[in-house]
Amino acid sequence: MNTETVKIKQGKTKTTQRISGSEAIIKCLLAEGVDVLYGYPGGAIMPVYDELYKYQDKIHHVLTRHEQGAIHAAQGYARVSGKAGVAIATSGPGATNLITGIADAQIDSTPVVCITGQVSSHLLGSDAFQETDIVSISTPVTKWNYQITKSSEIPEILAKAFYIAKSGRPGPVLIDITKDAQFGEFDFEYKKCEKIRSYNPVPKMDMAQVKAAAELINKAKKPFIVLGQGVILANAEEELKSLVEKADIPAASTLLGLSALPTEHELNMGMVGMHGHYAPNVLTNDCDVLIAIGMRFDDRVTGNLETYAKQAKVIHFDIDPSEIDKNVKTDVAVLGTVKETLSALIPLINPNKNEEWHKKFKDLHQIEHEEVIHPEINPTKEKLTMGEVINAINKETNGEAIIVSDVGQNQMFASRYADFKQSKSVVTSGGLGTMGFSLPASIGAKMGAPEREVVAIIGDGGFQMTIQELGTILQTKVPVKMVVLNNEFLGMVRQWQELFFDKRYASTVMTNPNFIKIVEGYGIQAKRVTKRENLSNAVSEMIASNEPYFLEVIVEKEGNVFPMIPSGATVSDVRLK
Amino acid sequence: MKKEIYTISVYTENNLGLLNRIATLFIKRHINIESLTVSSTEIDNVSRFIIVAFITEDQVKKIIGQIEKQVDVIKAYYHTNEESIYIQSALFKVKSSLLFDERQIQNIIKKSNSQIVTVSREFFVIEKSGRKEEIDKLYNELAPFGIMQFVRSGRISVTKEEMKISEILKKQLN
Repeated sequence: MNTETVKIKQGKTKTTQRISGSEAIIKCLLAEGVDVLYGYPGGAIMPVYDELYKYQDKIHHVLTRHEQGAIHAAQGYARVSGKAGVAIATSGPGATNLITGIADAQIDSTPVVCITGQVSSHLLGSDAFQETDIVSISTPVTKWNYQITKSSEIPEILAKAFYIAKSGRPGPVLIDITKDAQFGEFDFEYKKCEKIRSYNPVPKMDMAQVKAAAELINKAKKPFIVLGQGVILANAEEELKSLVEKADIPAASTLLGLSALPTEHELNMGMVGMHGHYAPNVLTNDCDVLIAIGMRFDDRVTGNLETYAKQAKVIHFDIDPSEIDKNVKTDVAVLGTVKETLSALIPLINPNKNEEWHKKFKDLHQIEHEEVIHPEINPTKEKLTMGEVINAINKETNGEAIIVSDVGQNQMFASRYADFKQSKSVVTSGGLGTMGFSLPASIGAKMGAPEREVVAIIGDGGFQMTIQELGTILQTKVPVKMVVLNNEFLGMVRQWQELFFDKRYASTVMTNPNFIKIVEGYGIQAKRVTKRENLSNAVSEMIASNEPYFLEVIVEKEGNVFPMIPSGATVSDVRLK
Repeated sequence: MKKEIYTISVYTENNLGLLNRIATLFIKRHINIESLTVSSTEIDNVSRFIIVAFITEDQVKKIIGQIEKQVDVIKAYYHTNEESIYIQSALFKVKSSLLFDERQIQNIIKKSNSQIVTVSREFFVIEKSGRKEEIDKLYNELAPFGIMQFVRSGRISVTKEEMKISEILKKQLN
């Protein structure tokens, strides 16, 4: 008995060691299983970079070419791996350059931990060189943030940061660390955070609500599921599939929910929303029970709320109580992780067949196929269309690639015309619509899922917003495949100008540089395709390459994405042209 | 939907930056905070925010959801004026000479149930606690004589129903 106590005591003394704050930061990252982080050095974060140098065999730091690239890469990594992404930057401009990506991660529920350097604590508030109040600046766009001014706070706060970023509804956390806290020495000991007394990440499931949901679903004649990223974040893809199949419920996905259910699944009716598929949008206003799973009724999904699914009983499964009744009034709200709540629901569901209801989807899909999809992928015009490019990539990758799209027309074509066989195959900036997201996010995605093919689909506008990350690709040799769909326009804005502003193309015309020369300047293989007959070979060559590869496709200048629900219109008023 | 005065009570950890975080939730929704009081509570390291806003019930429900979502927030409630007992305090600084020259001032002080908290050769200070309207009334009555300084606190309030908040919070925190 005595010796045991001694052993425990000895064990304890072994776990603490006197180290600097900056070394402690690296040890915390290692303890959290971080193997890669994305960042950019600078004065106020130099002690941490010094430790990164010493620990370079244990932790891979990727030097991006801009801090925005670092945070988007961390997001890409997080979205495909399910782990928290980590971005690191210096104080002042380094920290403020992270903000767009932090806001993006907040609205798209992506777990990222950002570490920023800060001026020494005695200089706080003195307008010191590169001082900025990043805690205040990041407050509205972080799930949590904190400023560390003493090295001894580092283990506890970083443990909290990872716990908060990943638990419940995930999100970005920013930890600002003064330079003196990085230098200061203390007795290091790390304990993972498992609970915070004021924080309840997963609300308790209420079985009565599950039963009420089951009752509505069992009575439904025309049930319809809209699934969101919550399914992917909860790893509930199998549960979703079981529910869909058992009750024979047609399901459609939000933009971020794509790939949770394989595209080829016979009950997958495509995507809802502004540029989603015709049938699920129209039939949203025909279903009798709308089952929303892990989604938040974004305005790009619902169109006009006054006329959204008013005929239907609404069931909302979500982890975040503040989403219930936020945009759409629900009849039954089931709180908890979607994995837990769907698992509880499925045994209460009666097997069902809804053939007539399915036929409605099929008939409407046929209309969309004839009027939109077929002409898009089999164009008769000379110029290539974006849809046929995505279709060619899709054929070549067999629907197995991770598609990292940017924002705008390229994103909508990628989402509509790519097939997804497995979950976590879609990385895109959904809520914030951050142009320039794709290139850096694809770097993180490839590192987070190195065994998978990663294809970035980017417009000529977005490409130039973070084009400098080609340097990161050059340096890391990360084999991402980049496709720029070049129409020499800011295409989505131009489309709106065409449809709603009498074709006044205000500042949407792009005079572009020679992208091939630029990419080749970075030592990356590059090819331009202008003709249909060369497309398929070029795509094959790109996918076959084991190295980074850039493909520029010159597409029709004034191609439009349809169907489209005009802003503020009702979902069932979706236009086919 | 009809707008009315809501009193929002927020129980939080006593952490730096939380005031800013809660304020941003109002700013994001373009809601003006009418009054704000932050103080410690009967539980160690737990702070209470009392925020008054003129909004609709739908808005207040949503903002409560957003507030409760914050990691450092323990619990948030909202109440209408009818559901709460609430007061605010105000201090009025008035020239001392008026106290002797203007008999009316003494009547005003008496009638308003306010107190004189300090008197000096130059000025005296009146303290008044009560509802906003009562303080407004006193202000309007004193204003013609000249008020040297005036300050009003944020609202403090408790619920009319029993609501054993300490017990609720302790349960929440365990």
